[in-house]
Amino acid sequence: MPTDLAAMAAEEQERQEALRCRIMVCAGTPCLVAGAHAVLTTLRDALEESRLDAEIEAVATGCMGPCSRGPLVKIRLPGKKETIYEKVTPESARQILFSVVKGRRPPTVEALSPDMPFLARQTKVVLANSGSIDPERIEEYVAAGGYGALAHALHEMTPDDVCREVSAAGLRGRGGAGYPTGVKWNLARKAPGERKYVVANGDEGDPGAYMDRSIMESDPHRVLEGMALAGYAIGADQGYIYVRGEYYLAGRRLETAIRDAERKGLLGSRVLGSNFNFRIDIRTGAGAFVCGEETSLMASIMGKRGQPWHRPPYPAQKGLWGYPTLINNVETLATVPAIVGNGAAWYASHGTARSKGTKVYALAGQVETAGLIEVPMGTTLREVVFDIGGGIPTGRRFKAAQSGGPSGGCIPGAHLDTPLDYESMEKIGTIMGSGGLIIMDETSCMPDVASFFLDFCRDESCGKCVSCRVGTVEMHRLLRRITSGTASMDDLAKLEELCELVSATSLCGLGMTAPNPVVSTLRYFRDEYEAHIRERRCPAGSCTMAPAPAPGPEGEALLHAMGVPVEED
Amino acid sequence: MPVITLTINDELVSGRRGESLLQVIREHGIELPTLCHMEGLSERGGCRLCIVEVEGSPRPLPACTTMAREGMVIRTHTERINRYRRMIAELLLAERNHYCAVCVSIGHCELQKVAADLGVDHVRYEYLSPKLGMDLSHERFGIDHNRCILCTRCVRVCEEVEGVRTWDVANRGVKSLIFADLDYRWGESVSCTSCGKCVQVCPTGALFTKGAVVGEMVKDPGMLTRILEGRDKKEWEG
Repeated sequence: MPTDLAAMAAEEQERQEALRCRIMVCAGTPCLVAGAHAVLTTLRDALEESRLDAEIEAVATGCMGPCSRGPLVKIRLPGKKETIYEKVTPESARQILFSVVKGRRPPTVEALSPDMPFLARQTKVVLANSGSIDPERIEEYVAAGGYGALAHALHEMTPDDVCREVSAAGLRGRGGAGYPTGVKWNLARKAPGERKYVVANGDEGDPGAYMDRSIMESDPHRVLEGMALAGYAIGADQGYIYVRGEYYLAGRRLETAIRDAERKGLLGSRVLGSNFNFRIDIRTGAGAFVCGEETSLMASIMGKRGQPWHRPPYPAQKGLWGYPTLINNVETLATVPAIVGNGAAWYASHGTARSKGTKVYALAGQVETAGLIEVPMGTTLREVVFDIGGGIPTGRRFKAAQSGGPSGGCIPGAHLDTPLDYESMEKIGTIMGSGGLIIMDETSCMPDVASFFLDFCRDESCGKCVSCRVGTVEMHRLLRRITSGTASMDDLAKLEELCELVSATSLCGLGMTAPNPVVSTLRYFRDEYEAHIRERRCPAGSCTMAPAPAPGPEGEALLHAMGVPVEED
Repeated sequence: MPVITLTINDELVSGRRGESLLQVIREHGIELPTLCHMEGLSERGGCRLCIVEVEGSPRPLPACTTMAREGMVIRTHTERINRYRRMIAELLLAERNHYCAVCVSIGHCELQKVAADLGVDHVRYEYLSPKLGMDLSHERFGIDHNRCILCTRCVRVCEEVEGVRTWDVANRGVKSLIFADLDYRWGESVSCTSCGKCVQVCPTGALFTKGAVVGEMVKDPGMLTRILEGRDKKEWEG
């Protein structure tokens, strides 16, 4: 007997409506680190003690968004607007509970205003359930309409229809490159092969970015449903979800989700009574950034050393064990159920002419409220930083935003009104990337920022090709000379030449994009590089300069040779 | 195999479908520097020295892992490509401790030859001077990591021709090291058959026969093709 989704949804909805109150405690990684677990235990113990646990439930949900204000607690009372409380402690949680029971407003804890731009200015498609459902209960996902798109596709659409719908929606790869998803699916569907695979890339590694982790932690079934839809569309019966090794919680919740979905017949053999079989297995990474690159990721799934290989052949032609393989980013796949469920036209009504839909960003760095946000494509950086993020704290000024992590570039203040979409960002020398947005104020030194990212790439280079393996190390050394005031203008020229070499001749995306932070900071903040070199001065005041070369005629000659102007008395 | 036509350095040349660009280019007498490529082994595409300009591609492509296709327009020695190759050779020389004057392979070293052919007379980059050791535990051979360029010819010949897999790469990035049997000393490796193929294919003085002194380590790169041809002709059967 296939599972009756409608009945399961109705039962869960009824159960939730019968509650006097639903208290949701964010159990995403940032809130857990801030102490959400103690809050949840306190609430549950208090409910049990007072024997209210039948009418009031305290559930652990996924990410609610304003992560820098965690632990977050959301209260849902029937017929009322939901309220989110920030920085909740076990004591304030008791007070919240007490006031709920008594029907009063909690005295000491601050509730976030529902009109707060951070909450009000978002358009949640991928994050629709995030922070409202318990990620470990399949019933709650189904009650929110989950697996409806899969049922619709299996019973009413051909695989070709599904591909066409995804193409028509204009969805593009959310991992960073922005390749049209529909085109990729069609290639994989048409590629000849007795077996095919679907791979979800959850090896998110950009410093400061955690969109995929949050999606996997908060709404794992959405990813599974997206993978199943992809499997149906291209004719695959096996999927792998590659989860970064550090994402323990995401991996555990996905495990639970896969097991539950298999029990309910939503994965496995004869999904929902159709002729479609689809299994999903988890593969855990072992801590290599390069495994987010698709050919390295496949090598890792096959048990080999995580190193890229030359494309073509592309994975869609020849991937895992030589069979056609569709690799999509977690966020891309998590968007698919919404597209199939609500239609391509609905999805394409969000965003800009060439970048459709919404995008999730991890807003981090110097903003009032940091966290996870989802906005339509084409929202300007200014709106994101100053409206949603609440601006720069402590009255400092905005300097730049780093998008796309170590593969991306910076967006300076002059380009605050740039719409965040694939084309506009490329035009100003950066990339959309996976969605990391690090906001920097005037205390950040741009050569130092570039040096940080180069250090990251140097450490994460797999070592297969010479340009990336040695080139990134030499670039990092030159940058360190610059930030310590010991570089010459010749070093800067060498650095620029290495940028060109490494991006032109590296084997995979890691190396090709590694120079981007240097190139883009040089484009907008060249004066800062020159101040470090010529004046041995850090304009942001964050670098410590090495002691000056000894004075005297030789020293001056040396400084002159290095291109440093020598002051005359 | 069907014949295809390409343009290499403004000349029309023919090749066979299924050949790599490197094969076609070399068949027409044009020399390209390579270090990780070796006749008889799988392609790696790691040294990036055989890069060529391919019309329609914004970045140069490695000739060894790019398949020749009908109508391709290739340039093998543009100013940009020559400059990149020199830089790559400089990076290789700066990476580890390549002191030719005291090397067993001086005069017979492929890295030395590539650098000399490219006109590298000095290295502009900071020498990384890593402190790396040698493994002399094997009774006949030695490995000196200071001279290794991580081309992995030894790894590939061991797996693909000898059918063992004594060698592999440990660590990553610039810290990568060739190691035996998942980190045993070479002399204690249980899988090594002491066939010596890795020593013969090594382009530098990293793998050598014990007892060789400066300049004495002459490698026999023809060994591999002799073995593979002999196998094809079943010379050692019956």
